[in-house]
Amino acid sequence: MTHRPPARIAALFTGFAAVLLAGCTASTHSGTTLEFWTIGREGEAVAQLLPAFERAHPDIHVRVQQVPLTAAHEKLLTAYAGDSLPDLTQIGNTWIAEFAALHALVPLQPRVAQSKLIRADDYFASAWATNVIDGTLYGIPWYVDTRLLFYRADLLREAGFDAPPRDWAEWQAQMHAIRRTSHDTRWGALLPTNEYDQLLALALQQHVPLLRDGGRYGNFESAAFQRALAFYADLFKRGDVPAWTNVQVGNPWQAFGRGQFVFYLSGPWNIGEFRKRLPASQQGEWSTAQLPGPDGPGDSVAYGSSLVILRHSKHQDAAWKLIEYLSRPDVQVRFYELLGDLPARRSAWESPVLKGDPKLRAFRAQLEHMRPAPQVPEWEQIVNMMQQVAARAVAGELTIDEAAAQMDAQADAILAKRRWVLARQHEAIP
Amino acid sequence: MNRNAAAWLFLAPALLVLGVFFLLPVLAGLGLSLTDYDLYALADFRNLRFVGLANYWDLLHRPLFWAALGHTLYFVIVGVPLSMLASLGTALLLNASAARFKPFFRTALFAPVVTTVVAVAVIWRYLFNTQFGVVNFVLTHLGIPPIDWLGDPHWAMPMIMLFAVWKNFGYNMIILLAGLQAIPTDLYEAARIDGASAWRQFRHITLPALTPILLMVGILTVSGYFQLFAEPYVITEGGPLQSTVSVLYLMYDQGFKWWNMGTASAVAFLLFLVMFAATALMWRFGEGRENLA
Repeated sequence: MTHRPPARIAALFTGFAAVLLAGCTASTHSGTTLEFWTIGREGEAVAQLLPAFERAHPDIHVRVQQVPLTAAHEKLLTAYAGDSLPDLTQIGNTWIAEFAALHALVPLQPRVAQSKLIRADDYFASAWATNVIDGTLYGIPWYVDTRLLFYRADLLREAGFDAPPRDWAEWQAQMHAIRRTSHDTRWGALLPTNEYDQLLALALQQHVPLLRDGGRYGNFESAAFQRALAFYADLFKRGDVPAWTNVQVGNPWQAFGRGQFVFYLSGPWNIGEFRKRLPASQQGEWSTAQLPGPDGPGDSVAYGSSLVILRHSKHQDAAWKLIEYLSRPDVQVRFYELLGDLPARRSAWESPVLKGDPKLRAFRAQLEHMRPAPQVPEWEQIVNMMQQVAARAVAGELTIDEAAAQMDAQADAILAKRRWVLARQHEAIP
Repeated sequence: MNRNAAAWLFLAPALLVLGVFFLLPVLAGLGLSLTDYDLYALADFRNLRFVGLANYWDLLHRPLFWAALGHTLYFVIVGVPLSMLASLGTALLLNASAARFKPFFRTALFAPVVTTVVAVAVIWRYLFNTQFGVVNFVLTHLGIPPIDWLGDPHWAMPMIMLFAVWKNFGYNMIILLAGLQAIPTDLYEAARIDGASAWRQFRHITLPALTPILLMVGILTVSGYFQLFAEPYVITEGGPLQSTVSVLYLMYDQGFKWWNMGTASAVAFLLFLVMFAATALMWRFGEGRENLA
């Protein structure tokens, strides 16, 4: 403010404000109230972690709001437009680029540099990298998530294999054998055609970026992506994998338990689901394996959620304290116990709770072999488009070449505005 | 104060509300559809460009828009007559003098209207499940091979039509029933004395008397069915192979999922034009019929 109001009026105002504030806070809490949004089930678990934090910081009170997963993206954007974002929030790491483009997030590198609790080298490298947009760190990984193979060891043995596949060729051969030896009663795998995770993971294994020229154009016509798409579409064409959407499957856990398919390419939450939903007699029969790559165990996609501080927040120091608390290895382990979310820090994985669990071993290995999806604000839209076109290739409406060309054409159209904005920024900074 | 001024004074509150909550947003939407308002513009207003009719032009060259329009028209053209027939049929049955337990049936047939779309849609998803659904179970017992309702692009839309008709026919049924009850009974008595068959009574008394109501119900149903959204959103998520993406679904995706508000507004106005043309045609047609009757 440039003018200082006359002292008397200022005093009057401060007095008035103090009365108002007292009126507001007396009924709730003294000190800072942090607004913290969580997405999905994390809110319930976090509620059990917070009392310890509030005891250690009696001046900070945390108000948690649970946002349902399906509405989270819309809700965050709408809150941004309406200027009603919280102090800190959980955020899917594929959305960070979008909110960074909106200038909604606080850069965190200076705070990390001073922190005794958060050390970058303790985090899985790819998980950390998903939070860095154009060289600036915007979030701290909270939990990590990736995709790998769940499989039925008993059914695999029945088909004549003792170990899960290590590369694409082995995987293909195993699925084919499963289909043959079961006389077409059993499918090789379930890869829902309306989910993009599976194709994305196979594409990221190629180590060729999916967008080129700094995220200005699609790169789907590259030989590498076409190889992944061809492998993916071929699984369905050979008749070893059914072209089902997850709407058609209805209940994948039951279908897995009944042995309708042997491999299921999915994420860590299914460890808990299979433990809960399959009978005790079957618990020894399912296992997890690192995702097969083109030649040898391959990479998978680096998903997960991060914690970010919103730029307009007036309690950024308090918000950072909460992030530090939630990042403590012991709190991360407790979080895993409550919910099954995988810790983002290697030191948390030293805990016997995680180390001693055989079903988690493949995840521990996969977490060192993850690759982030392209970090442009439009990515969510592009990857949805990619899968819609891929589903048409699976259905036989498009060849691999046609599908790749169409993906590039549509990606280029989606990225048109980004190219214009980047060109303008370039002009502004000569 | 003269009469004119008084009239405006009485109209003022309604006009004000209409202006603020209807006209203004519509004009803002029209303005928005001429810009490329998106995420970048939300972040920094200088990223907003006036693009004229480019949004419309792009949409008209996009296969998905035409596909969505095709799906919506398919839904309207098959769904509306089906829905009207179901409403008229049940209304006639309920109005028949031989019908028993009328209040019970009236309530039971109206019940789907007051259920929540989302909750019921989830149940329908199970009913129509390809492998375990009751519908296919019954079909197999009748000797009909099971249908892949949720996975076959040709069957997903018919299933959504069935759902929408079941969900909505009760509403029109009540309106038509009121119309039927308003037809003077002496007309039917006179017809019977003249020896008119039940079909001729329906053709020459019931239908002409119902025409204005049928027209109104028809227009309401058409404009309702053009706004197909919740059913595919919950049951099929637009799939399989985007065969149940409607115009409104496309608008939702563009506007609220990807925040391309310019494109989404253009979709909305194109849908408005289509609906306006369709209802105007119906109106024309209906007026002609009324003059004949």
